[in-house]
Amino acid sequence: MIMERYDRHIRLPEIGTTGQQKLGEAKVLVIGAGGLGCPVLQYLAAAGIGTLGIIDFDTVALSNLQRQVLFSTADVGKNKAICAQKRLADLNPDIEIQAYPYRLEPSNIKSLFEDYDLIVDGSDNFETRYWVNDACVLSNTPLVHGAIYKFEGQLTVFNHKNGPSYRCLFPDSPKTGSVPSCNEIGVLGVLPGIIGSLMANEVLKICLELGNPLSGTLLHMDTLGNQSQKINFKRNPAAIEKVLQAGWEGLQPHALQASCDTSLNQIGISEVDQLEGPLFLDVRESHEQPKIEVFEGMDIPLGKLENSLDQLPKNRDIVCFCQAGIRAQKAAALLQSKGFQEVYALKEGAPEILTYYKSQTPKGHC
Amino acid sequence: MATIKYFGMLAEATGLQEERMALEPQAVSTLKQLLLEKHPTLMGKDFRIAVNQELGDDNRMVSDTTEIALLPPFSGG
Repeated sequence: MIMERYDRHIRLPEIGTTGQQKLGEAKVLVIGAGGLGCPVLQYLAAAGIGTLGIIDFDTVALSNLQRQVLFSTADVGKNKAICAQKRLADLNPDIEIQAYPYRLEPSNIKSLFEDYDLIVDGSDNFETRYWVNDACVLSNTPLVHGAIYKFEGQLTVFNHKNGPSYRCLFPDSPKTGSVPSCNEIGVLGVLPGIIGSLMANEVLKICLELGNPLSGTLLHMDTLGNQSQKINFKRNPAAIEKVLQAGWEGLQPHALQASCDTSLNQIGISEVDQLEGPLFLDVRESHEQPKIEVFEGMDIPLGKLENSLDQLPKNRDIVCFCQAGIRAQKAAALLQSKGFQEVYALKEGAPEILTYYKSQTPKGHC
Repeated sequence: MATIKYFGMLAEATGLQEERMALEPQAVSTLKQLLLEKHPTLMGKDFRIAVNQELGDDNRMVSDTTEIALLPPFSGG
């Protein structure tokens, strides 16, 4: 290890060469290289965390650059995990950086988590957040959790030294779409920078065994009023036992569970060919990339869908899609509730849809 | 007077960041009912209720000197 790089750490008696060595031995996996993931990754790479993993299936969009500070304009359209890996390798070539440019799934989460001793959740949806939490409970791995909403953020540490988990704070995942995402409602660009920096701080404290990590305490920050509040919560042994009892097989796509309740039709991109001339409905906001032009479709953002129902045909299959598959489910549920019979939610998001069609199209076309 | 704080989408739903309210001693579950009646826009929203900065079950008692906060889950990243 080139110690000059870490000189200002080493000068701190609380860290010293021993502490820096601990950081060099740490293996940290960051879920999502988005608004939160970018600052977390930047500070952890700079701090010399020895092994840093990044998982993100998504591609960089122009509208990400307002807050996702690892990416440049030239990165638009490229995978976030790969772009982040390149940027961080420039920042610190002395650490190992693993990029996983695919979606975190119940099927790959166990083997992925085995290689890391601390997880950071910077994901942007409840489904992933509950998978990550449950996998951390099952593998007994500490989890640094951060989440944001417009001008406010939440930060805490789960599963640290027998401390509480996400399910002790919020036992069950809210219904898909019941809490709006940054894509739908917007977010102040610097907010994930603030919360992500605090998350990186918790990671370093845990690795260095320094100070009091936010285990059993949720820090809520309101950046408009510059007010913060700490809220304490306890371990709920019953909630944790439930996760342990369900085991790894208990990690299921929530959409699958939801489909039992609401008979929501989810469909994979490779199954779409079985439908007869479906209408593809893009429910993303108009700025979201990539645009899908390989099939006939309509663009109606989810927030405007309810007031645009008369534009949609009632006698044709409708396939809703979005960036990651979550809003598509909400759109399909809305259309079903409004009497549209043949409605499907595409499981894949736009980047995967485009990849699929590119792989299907013979050379010379499109 | 008790203070009731609303965070995130709950502040938007009620149109209030916080409010002060005279409270007879009562269980959290009763208070929850009272707040849902006062602010029907909270109906169907997910949240936990913190009493004096502590989360816990709905049997806990609140009174006129309590600080109450309604905490929603955030998913954004």
